Amino acid sequence: MTGYLLRRLAHVLLVLIGVSVITFLILHAPGRDPARQVAGHTASPEQVEQVRHELGLDRPLIEQYWRYATKLAQGDLGRSYVQRSQVSELIMARLPATALLMLGAIFCELLIGLPSGAIAAFRRNRPSDQGVMLGALLFVSTPQFLVAYILLYVFGFKLQWLPTTPGVSFLTLILPALSLGLIGGGWYARMMRSSIIEVLRQDYVRTARAKGLRRARIVLLHVVPNGLLPIIAMIGLDIGYFMSGIVVVESVFGWPGIGQLALQAIQQIDIPIIMGVTLVAACAIVLGNLLADLVAPLIDPRIKLK
Amino acid sequence: MPVLKALLRRKLVLLGLFIILVFVIVAVFAPWIAPYAPDVQFDDGLDDIGAPLGPNAKFWLGTDTLGRDFLSRLIFGSRATLIVAIVANTFAVAIGVLIGVTAGYVRGPLGNLMMRFTDLMTAFPALLLAILLAALIGPSLSIVMVVIAMVNWVQVARVTYTETISLAERDFITAERSLGAGTARILFKHMLPHVVPTVIVYGTLGIATTSLTEATLSFLGIGVQPPIASWGNMANEGQTYFDSAPWLVFFPSVCIAFLALSFNLVGDALRDILDPTLRGRH
Repeated sequence: MTGYLLRRLAHVLLVLIGVSVITFLILHAPGRDPARQVAGHTASPEQVEQVRHELGLDRPLIEQYWRYATKLAQGDLGRSYVQRSQVSELIMARLPATALLMLGAIFCELLIGLPSGAIAAFRRNRPSDQGVMLGALLFVSTPQFLVAYILLYVFGFKLQWLPTTPGVSFLTLILPALSLGLIGGGWYARMMRSSIIEVLRQDYVRTARAKGLRRARIVLLHVVPNGLLPIIAMIGLDIGYFMSGIVVVESVFGWPGIGQLALQAIQQIDIPIIMGVTLVAACAIVLGNLLADLVAPLIDPRIKLK
Repeated sequence: MPVLKALLRRKLVLLGLFIILVFVIVAVFAPWIAPYAPDVQFDDGLDDIGAPLGPNAKFWLGTDTLGRDFLSRLIFGSRATLIVAIVANTFAVAIGVLIGVTAGYVRGPLGNLMMRFTDLMTAFPALLLAILLAALIGPSLSIVMVVIAMVNWVQVARVTYTETISLAERDFITAERSLGAGTARILFKHMLPHVVPTVIVYGTLGIATTSLTEATLSFLGIGVQPPIASWGNMANEGQTYFDSAPWLVFFPSVCIAFLALSFNLVGDALRDILDPTLRGRH
């Protein structure tokens, strides 16, 4: 187990190095001049040269990356070109809001997806199953911003049940979390349905039925727990999907998280922030995957860690 | 064509195919269907305070923020949306199959390297990467397609990789090789035909994904650029008047949802029919 964990952590590290190299190369592709951008459009050529030297942009690319990586190893993500403050501080200031939004979204998607998927599986091929599945597919096919705007329009503007102003509170969390949760819920309903149908085909369910257990007991004691567990492990794999949705949802609702920070930074081509956010996101994705793999054998002892 | 027959027996698939057909016809014949040109700014297209008009007799779906006929833009917008989705997805599937099949057949250090790279790409936040590339290279129609293809090939590569590995160990491949067939013959004559079902399924499902990616990029202002209309950038432009003219966001977004839904309906059904391991489970 310790060996496995060490190997996986080494793998995580390698992936993060890979992600940082690729992002670094994309951002330092020829044809763009960050020094000119930092110095401003009115700066003289000498001033631009000065900035270039201060930022170390006149060094070979490998040396620049090495300097970035050694600082990174000490937890230093550098300074923002535009906002001039520490990138790690900027990210840390916004990370709690994004984490809160993710937790709310995961709660919503499980609350919506699991029961509807289970109902569909038990009523397989009946109208209620077809209805749930079509609804799930519809949400999966809907652009994130449409769901967000419909919720904003109905509950924010028309009914005025929930605030439409940006800010972090329980009330402002509901709509963004629900927008992410409805689409995610569509995916979970589909997975939950397949999972339960798979369990219903198992021999132990037939045995339970044959020995005369009541249907409610079979469902609650055997089918639902066994169908649910593999789905729970999937939450770890969700992070990548969330990172995309979060950029859109944070932008629609003005939720002050790292999605907005990233979008702003990309529009201003603020390299240190883009690097930082990409690394934090990649970190979340690989750790989520690792968590999913670690949880899997706890849930199903037949899965062995190699 | 047993696959086609099985496909057409499903009502929802027919609905999906019908919607796709309508969108394609609208896109192809846009200049004849649209009541006005998409980029004409009408003098009477905005109200006294410069806000877009609601649906009326002259402009059936109202006007947009610049006083252009919204219906015409919606009709012309189908072109960019469909072209980007289809071309980008074709590229994505091609890259995925190329990497997956090669890595699965060659194995060894090269195959390993290719799949490690694929793993690396799954750790990349796809939309962030797409936004980043689009913002850096400068958004244009062709760049948007390339960017979307670059973030959407990963799944195809993984699936075809697994398929190729199990295929490569089958007896008929060994037999073919012992008869003296070269790598190219084995790859093209025996491997590729077996991944055709996967290509068909992802060629369909993937269009839903790519159209949603395009919509999201354009919505964030880094996809298809004005004056070319795409449903995503129309929704983006409509945001400013969201509280007074919500249809500016809703109409194009609903079109995207219907497009993605149709391709998902057809793709899902194709997967059910073509994937024997799923048979009897749905």
